[in-house]
Amino acid sequence: MFWRYGLFFSILSGGIWGIFWQIFFTVIGILTLGIPLSLEISQIMIIGPLAGILYIISQKFLSIKFHISAIIIITFLIFISHLGNPYQVEDENRLIIFMLILLTSFFIWVSLNHSLYNLSPGKLSKYDIESFFIKFLWGLGLIILILITLIPFYIMIMTSLKNQQSLILNPLDLSVNLNTDFKTLFNSYIELFTNFNFHLFLINSFIVSCTTVIITLFFSIPGAYALARLRIPNKKIFSGTVILIYLIPSIVLIIPLYAIFSYIGLRNSLFGLILVYPATTIPVALYMLRGYFSALSSEIDDAALMDGLSRIQIILKIAIPLSKPAIVSVGLYVFMIAWNEFLIAFMFLDDPSIFTLSRGIMSLNSSEIPQQHLMAGAVIATIPVMIIFIYLEKFLISGLSAGGVKG
Amino acid sequence: MTNIIKKNQNTLLEKEKKLGLILLLPTILIVLSVVIFPLLANFWISFKPISLGDLRPPKLIVKERIKGKLSHKYQLAEIQYRYRNSSIKYDLENVIIKDIIPNGFTVKDLQPAQFCKLKLKELTCNLDNVSSRSSGKIILKVHKNDQWQKELDNPKKTKPLVTFSSKNVLTSFEFNTENFKKVFSASEFFEVLKVSFYYTIFGTAGALLVGLLAAQILQKSFRGRSIVRGLLLFPYVSPVIAVAFAWVILFDPFSGIVNSMLVHMNVIDKPINFFGQKYTDIIIFGYVFKFPLALSMVIAFEIWRYFPLSFLFILARMQSFPEEVYDAAKIDGASPLQQFYYISLPFLIGIMSILFLLRFIWTFNKFDDIFLLTGGNAGTRTFTVNVYEQAFAISDLGAGAAVAVVIFIFLLTFSLLFMRYSKKETF
Repeated sequence: MFWRYGLFFSILSGGIWGIFWQIFFTVIGILTLGIPLSLEISQIMIIGPLAGILYIISQKFLSIKFHISAIIIITFLIFISHLGNPYQVEDENRLIIFMLILLTSFFIWVSLNHSLYNLSPGKLSKYDIESFFIKFLWGLGLIILILITLIPFYIMIMTSLKNQQSLILNPLDLSVNLNTDFKTLFNSYIELFTNFNFHLFLINSFIVSCTTVIITLFFSIPGAYALARLRIPNKKIFSGTVILIYLIPSIVLIIPLYAIFSYIGLRNSLFGLILVYPATTIPVALYMLRGYFSALSSEIDDAALMDGLSRIQIILKIAIPLSKPAIVSVGLYVFMIAWNEFLIAFMFLDDPSIFTLSRGIMSLNSSEIPQQHLMAGAVIATIPVMIIFIYLEKFLISGLSAGGVKG
Repeated sequence: MTNIIKKNQNTLLEKEKKLGLILLLPTILIVLSVVIFPLLANFWISFKPISLGDLRPPKLIVKERIKGKLSHKYQLAEIQYRYRNSSIKYDLENVIIKDIIPNGFTVKDLQPAQFCKLKLKELTCNLDNVSSRSSGKIILKVHKNDQWQKELDNPKKTKPLVTFSSKNVLTSFEFNTENFKKVFSASEFFEVLKVSFYYTIFGTAGALLVGLLAAQILQKSFRGRSIVRGLLLFPYVSPVIAVAFAWVILFDPFSGIVNSMLVHMNVIDKPINFFGQKYTDIIIFGYVFKFPLALSMVIAFEIWRYFPLSFLFILARMQSFPEEVYDAAKIDGASPLQQFYYISLPFLIGIMSILFLLRFIWTFNKFDDIFLLTGGNAGTRTFTVNVYEQAFAISDLGAGAAVAVVIFIFLLTFSLLFMRYSKKETF
């Protein structure tokens, strides 16, 4: 059977990698040059497999020299096939087009080098075939996964740096002219901070989130300790109820909360938010911290009790210092929930001077306000979370995986 | 001796119990007041005909005016009280207006005399019933007398005191099941039910599958793995409002990149409104399929945003798995697929089923994402969006609360299922 031969797989992977990188770099070309490039699939469907065959038959004498010459050959082939390109590009873009072609062939070759490595062109065993497929799909999957994850963020940042005119003129042109001065480049951001009160929103968001973290930790640490250590009747029922409450979404509570808070006049205030947020985060924190406290060995507590420390002292002097990383990760997780919260802020806040960031961005979502302002707002809201995340990724990941079923 | 120890133990136990309850009390109180009480209040509201306007309690507005000049002795002037019921729906009962007429004035006439009485300085008007939207006047004819002092005797100085009782729909004991009848008999009920379950099932399963794939990919160690792992969590940690709007702009029919890219590459003739079009026709071998476009886009967003979670859990589970088992399997000649199917999958099935149930509950309860992407239009209205739609867009709080009750009942059912399952599996 022909499909059991390594040669067949080299043709297959050459074709698929060729198409993939061709699409990828065409898109990149369109986005950086801002000019329409047509997608040339048919030529690459011949060149790709040829490259695959070249790789597999020359495996024995692979060297850096050979790699370089192979890439040059592929580049040459793609370049020739592109001569009939209906879009005649301008002189200044020709170099970039050439670079793109070079990159395309480079990545095709590297990908082939990864997925066809040590594959013989002859007949293959079932194990080899499966290994090949897994290796091949691994590379493809990894690249696609990263691309899909990052594209919306890329769009977000690039759109926020454009101006209205160029967006309407050509939505495809996401190239950013770095020669322009700071003011025009970050125009949307400056606008948001000067005319749209975003500095207030940032401060409000920080106040609300930090207060929520403090209140949550203040109440949930002793509560979690009690659940983990002390002998309380009906502990199991209590723990079960905590999980159940943790699953109740705010959309089920929003109508009565709206009604009650309107009645007592707390609805349109940050204080109202600070009352509601901890109630939604305390069960999460309690649930997460209880797990951490149970994992600490109880012998330390017993020894401390023998030495005459009270339970409160044990919490302050032993449990908290020992579980500092856990408390940090819970605190960060709670901060993230409060910072990202949308529904309650949206329903509660009417007065623009007390908007949180989520609510503030929602107010930018109108046809009168240009898109890049909206995206700049989105970037402003995302950056603090990202900074926290990048610096404290380890903590946050353990926080996420302990309580992250919510969200 | 043993008795004493036992007694000591008992008192210690009592102490612990007490302390434990004290430590938990603030949590219990907060949760009771902000979660449990609203939950009960939601049930209460769901049996009442309440609209958004009813949240503003009816009021009697009283304005005091002086007509004529009070400065001339023995010249008649008028003190007028105009009152108005601010509500357009509710009558006010037992309305009493009280005010103090300063000593320096002599009251000559009082209208309407059947309701109002003047006792010493105190004016008391027992108006009894003021029906909705109605208004009226109380007129006192007065003149200045000898006791008048310039600084003290301004009739407007004391504000009229108003007391009344009104029927308040929110606190009355009137109940009916109209809201539920409305919710269940609405032609869209089954549509909403269908959309909710489509969204939940495909969103959850999709996120779980992509998460499993991502975990398989990231299990292999390679350079920059921890960076990639961090990158993949971006969609989940960033604010929903930011990423939802980024998607909306990405797929915008007029200035979105995806559309203009597809048009430029000659894949489509004219831009597609991804989040605004209910169905699109897909032709496969001459058969025309109606593909629910907006709903699929919303599901895709759900998968994109929440696969990192499943990925994180599954990866953590896989990394706790002993590597030797795979080595042994390799020696026995098991192919990679067989290794995955017979070793990894059975090992992961526990965590995956729990993840599925939990995420199922959360996806079912998801509101923000759909609301921000489509506003519940174009065939994407789930139960949660319907709560908002009924309560705040149509201003029918009662109907919204009834939908919320339906959601809560579903939630309770799912949670009980989850509790039963999670007992068997270690989390």
